[in-house]
Formats: sequence, structure tokens, C-alpha cells
Amino acid sequence: MHGKARTRLEIVLFVAPALILFIGFVIVPVVLAAVYSFFNLPAGFRWEMLNPERFVGWNNYTRAFSTPEFRKAIANTFFILFASLLVQGPLAVGIALLLNRRMRGRGILRLLIFVPYVLAEVIAGLTWKLLLQPNGGVNAIVDALGLGFLHRNWLADPKLALYTIFFILTWKYIGFAILLMLAGLQGVPHELGEAAAIDGASWWQTQRYVTLPLLAPTIRIWAFLSIIGSLQVFDMVWVTVAPTLRQMSTETMATYMVQQGQFAGQPGYGSAIAVILFFISLTIALGYQRLALRRDLAGSVTRGVR
Amino acid sequence: MNKLSIKHVVAGFVAAGVSLGSLAACSSESPDTAGPDTGESSESASAPAEEVTITWWHNATSGPLPAVWEKVAQDFEAANPGVKVEQTGYQNEELQRTLIPNALASGDAPDLFQVWPGGEIRDQVANGYLMALDDAIPDTIASVGATVNPWQVDGKTYGVPFTFGIEGFWYNKDLFEQAGITTPPTTLAELNDAVTKLKAINVTPIAVGAGEKWPAAHWWYQFALHSCSPETLTTGAAEFDFSDPCWVDAGTDLVDFIATEPFQDGFLGTPAQTGAGSSAGMLANGQAAMELMGHWNAGVVGGLTPDEEVPEFLGWFPFPAIEGAAGDANAALGGGDGFGCSADAPPQCADLLAYIMSEEVQKEFAASGSGIPTVPGAQSALEDPNLQMVAEGLSKASFVQLWLDTEYGTTVGNAMNEGIVNLFAGNGTPEDIVKRMQDAAATL
Repeated sequence: MHGKARTRLEIVLFVAPALILFIGFVIVPVVLAAVYSFFNLPAGFRWEMLNPERFVGWNNYTRAFSTPEFRKAIANTFFILFASLLVQGPLAVGIALLLNRRMRGRGILRLLIFVPYVLAEVIAGLTWKLLLQPNGGVNAIVDALGLGFLHRNWLADPKLALYTIFFILTWKYIGFAILLMLAGLQGVPHELGEAAAIDGASWWQTQRYVTLPLLAPTIRIWAFLSIIGSLQVFDMVWVTVAPTLRQMSTETMATYMVQQGQFAGQPGYGSAIAVILFFISLTIALGYQRLALRRDLAGSVTRGVR
Repeated sequence: MNKLSIKHVVAGFVAAGVSLGSLAACSSESPDTAGPDTGESSESASAPAEEVTITWWHNATSGPLPAVWEKVAQDFEAANPGVKVEQTGYQNEELQRTLIPNALASGDAPDLFQVWPGGEIRDQVANGYLMALDDAIPDTIASVGATVNPWQVDGKTYGVPFTFGIEGFWYNKDLFEQAGITTPPTTLAELNDAVTKLKAINVTPIAVGAGEKWPAAHWWYQFALHSCSPETLTTGAAEFDFSDPCWVDAGTDLVDFIATEPFQDGFLGTPAQTGAGSSAGMLANGQAAMELMGHWNAGVVGGLTPDEEVPEFLGWFPFPAIEGAAGDANAALGGGDGFGCSADAPPQCADLLAYIMSEEVQKEFAASGSGIPTVPGAQSALEDPNLQMVAEGLSKASFVQLWLDTEYGTTVGNAMNEGIVNLFAGNGTPEDIVKRMQDAAATL
């Protein structure tokens, strides 16, 4: 066999399984969802039902954008997105800077902070659900500390539930952010800090003008992962909040999609939501890559961007 | 006993006789001709024609019912050699909204499964997912009388209900006595009065599991049932015509009722049936005096007490009438559970269904306290005084309306429940519920 043909065969052999899986389980479903989104379909529909009689054009899309619940779901999702960036980011950088100094019990602290991230999201959600019941652990502690005025119905108060969910998400994912930041800090050379100190910079100035700029690539990657994660929030909301409260105040784009597509028996409408979610995520991901990540990813996806 | 169960018993006797005969042959002293011959004939008689496995999905996950179904499966296997019954219980809403629709759509449906009447059975029949049972088990269908009607589509029967009951108030007799309420309320005014008296003794008057949408929605269904005439209700179901003002009145009356704060604190997050903090749990441990819930609730409440027994104090009364409204004071809201066979299930599926519906199994079902049987002959076996009261209420009802979300189907039902939940949360209007129902109906 000639070298060239052989190389080609090898490429085909090695790429084919992955390609088939990727096309079959990613590309085809995405395309099918786009097709379904133009039809009005009942629950448990069959292929023959994709006929002109059930074709509704852009109706599912206009319906989605004119539905207050869906607009609320988008708003909630973006609240989680921005709040994650603004709260978790600074918190994670701060804690990572602290944990990066030599101190007693540093290893244990690092481990403890990372524990919530290791838990499955559903288990974390159910645990918090029990703790946050009206007569659950959190309120019991609050009362025992004499802070009765803080006694709240954390998950059943429509005004509070979204913040409670955001707190649980932060509790769960801050460990991951801290770990990333710590790893990033390992790449910041000590010599630079020492040089700054010799030049008379205070600890704060060193962090601000030396460490943070060198940590920026890590922060940008973390922000990207956090944005993607926020757009997908589903499990935590689904298992932690009662369906009624979810509808009232914590619906995210993903939970709304499942509720309408599956539980309201409207796969066509649900698919339209899925397509909208897909395009929102795609736009944000690509935009972020082009604007913020291009230096970090130069040479891979964004080659050619000037 | 109906013809089919007789057939099973006869078949059992025949099988037993044959095996006895072969035993006798084996123990017989003469080793020549008789032995091998009988052995051969017994083998051919008892050998199954083919191995068949029937998968059976039901909604029994707690209380005494799982044991009843397990025994049914075992007895059916014993009486039908070669037939294997794999029965599994799933949580009701999970089964109804996720598991069965997905299994049907994927073409890999269980053979025997829970079939919900109204909108869902209509869709399933339209898709050709269900087996028509009229030719296979006519006697079984006849044995439950008019109760089978909701499981019929275009004159054919696609499911048979094994239980049917109505909703009412489950209440704590002791707390009622403490509050000085002598007779259960029969009108809305009396109910309001009872709420006031119960508040005076520092008890949550009514628990509602509004965290899940349907328990809240049932309140609106009851108000609609007692505001609208039976004719209006029937037209609503048949044509999705909700233009009659009574549909809005139902919401207005409900808003007024919610404004009296009869429910527990934070009811928007309360689950209905699971755990001590659920509405059923609050009733079970005496924190709440009443809960509006279906006929199955005695079993659920019993499962949530420390000793897992249905508490002595539990009583039942039907939803009170609304004075001056067009609704029938004796109308009742209810529903049942039925089983049907998937279109490509083996014929033994219908036999199993017939066995489940036999008077003997129905009596076991009734005696277990799981619900009200649909075969009239089995109702005498009801031991639970609470279920006896519900059964009596059902027999007194002049008009029985299926749960409205079931009746209208998933899409309209979901939109309706969303609207009702908004009303409970104080950010919806009675008009909005009706508008959502009409909008959803328009998308069908």
C-alpha cells in the first residue's frame, strides 16, 4: 500500500468513530430540533406528523418572545450569568490569593473549599432543599443564634428564591473557580513579586499591578466556563425549587424548555425554545472568544482574527 | 366471578391434575409402558407453547398497593405457565408525564400500563398506541359499568379503570371538635366559618401542597365545578369553549377565599404527598385540620404517621356547595386509575388485565385500603371507613367531572394550571386563567 493512501485510511479509521458519534448525537439532533421548531406537534408525535398541515412557520418563535414567562426565564438566566461573574469572580480571586500564601492548614482549606464542586449537582440541590425548608436546618441555626429576624422561607418566597438559588450555585462552583485561580497563580513567578517588593511596592500594589495582570488569562477562561455554565443551569433549579415557585420566580431558559416541550406536551414549541437557547449560547460564546479570549487561544479557533 | 377468572381457575386445576397424574405415574411400581407414556403426555400438556414476558408499569410506590400488584403478578404467573410478569411501580407524575409518553413515542412501550382518561387517551388512540379491548375481554368491561366511559374513544374501550373515586376534604375530627365545629361544612359560608374557628385554636385550617401545581389547581377545579352548570362543563370539555362567565366567577370566588388566608405559611413551596412537611404530612401529624385531596389520600396520610397507620381522627366530607351559583351542589370531581394494553402487546396482556379486574383481585384491592374498586361486587370488601365514605359520596354524586387537567389534555391542562398557580401567588387574575386556556386550546 502506498504511503499516501495508507495515511488516508488511517485518518478515516481513527476519525470515523468519533465523527459518527458527533454527527449522530450532536449535529443531527440540533438539526432535527430546528426542523421540529417549525411544526405544531403533540406529545409523543411520529415522523409522519411533520406534514404541511402542522407546519406553523415562525409561530413558535414569535409565541416564545411574546410570552412573559419566557422573557422572565431569559432575564433570570442572565441574572445568574452576570451575578456569577461579578460575585464569584472577585471572591474566588481573593480567596485564591489568601490560600496562595504560606499558612498552617492550607492543604485542608484547599480541600474543603473544593468539596462542594465534587458533589453531584442533584445531591447538592436536594441537600440544600432540605436545609432550607421553613423548619429546616438553616432557619433552626438562624433562630438559635438569636437572629430570628433572618428567619425566612428561603425556597418558597417568590421574592427570595432566585437569590437562594444563586447562593447555592455560588457555594457549589466557587471551589472550582478558586482551584483554577490557584493553578493560575502557580504560573506567576515569585521573582516578579520580590522585584516589586524591592522597588517598594506594598502587598496590595504587588497584587494589583503584578499578580492580577498575569492571572488575567486564567480569569478569562474561568469567566468563559462560568458563562457557559450559567446559560445551561437546569438541575439545581429543577430539583431544589418546587414547580410552582419555579414558575413564579426561578425559571431558567433550560427549565422553561423542558417544562413546555416535555411536560406541557408541546415538542414543537419546546424545540423552538431549544433553538433560541442554542443561538443565544452560540452568540455569546463566539463573541466572547473573539473579544476576550483571542490572545489566549491564538493559533487554535480564532486564527485569522486580527 | 366472571367467565375469565373461572377459565383461569379451571386452567389451574387442569395443570394441577396433570402434574398430580405424572407424580402418580412416577411413583407407580410398574416400570413398563405406563411410566414413559404419562411422563411424555404431562410434558406436552404443561410445556408452555411459548415463553411470554409481560411488562407492567403502574403507579403504586407506597402504602399497601405495591404488595397487592406483586401478588397479582405472581398468581398470574402461577396460573399461566410460560408467562412471566415483570411489574414495576413508578411515581405517578413521572410515569404519566415522562416515562409512558417517551416509551410510546420510542416504539418500545410496556405491555400493560396505566392509561389516563381524557386528553391523554384520545391522543394515544389517535397515534395507534393502544389496543382496543372490546373483543378480548367484553365481560370485564361490562363489569365496571359506566365507570369505563372516560376510557372509551369513539365507542371503543382502550382501558379499564380498577379504581375510581372523588375528591373531598380529608379532615381531623379531633381538631374540628376542639374548634367547636359540630358538623362538616356543607356550604362555602360554613367552610369560611370553620376556617375562622380553626384559626382561633391556632391550627392551620387547610393545608395545600401548592408547590406542586396540581393540588392548587384542584381548588380552582372545585370552584369551577360548583360555579358552572353540568352543561357548561360538558361543552367546555368537548369544544374548549370557556366563554361562560362562570369560569371567571370561579377564579373570583377563589381569590376571595384565598384572601381569608386559610392555608399554611409559604404554601407556594409545600409539596403535596411526600415527607412530613408536605400538606398530607401536616394533616397526618395534626398541624393542619383539612386538606382537599383525592380518594387516595387516606393511604398517603397513613404512610406519613409515625406508626404508618391511617390515623383514627381522619374523616372525609365532600366539597361544599357555593350558594347562589349555577353549579350543581352535588357535583363531584374525581378520577380513577386504569390499565390498558399497548397495541402490540401479546394477547396475554388482556388476560392479565381481566385477572386484575376479577372480583377476587378487586376485593383484595379494596381490602388493602388502597382505593375504591370499580367492580360493584367488590365494594363490600372495603374495610376502611374513610374509603366507605368516599364510595358513598361517589354514589350520591349527581354529576361526576373528571379532573379538569386530565379532561382537557396536557397542553390546555398545563396552561390552566399555570394560570391558577399565578392566582395563588397573587400575581394572576381570574380572567388570565380563562385566557390561557383559550390560547392553549387555539394551538392544538
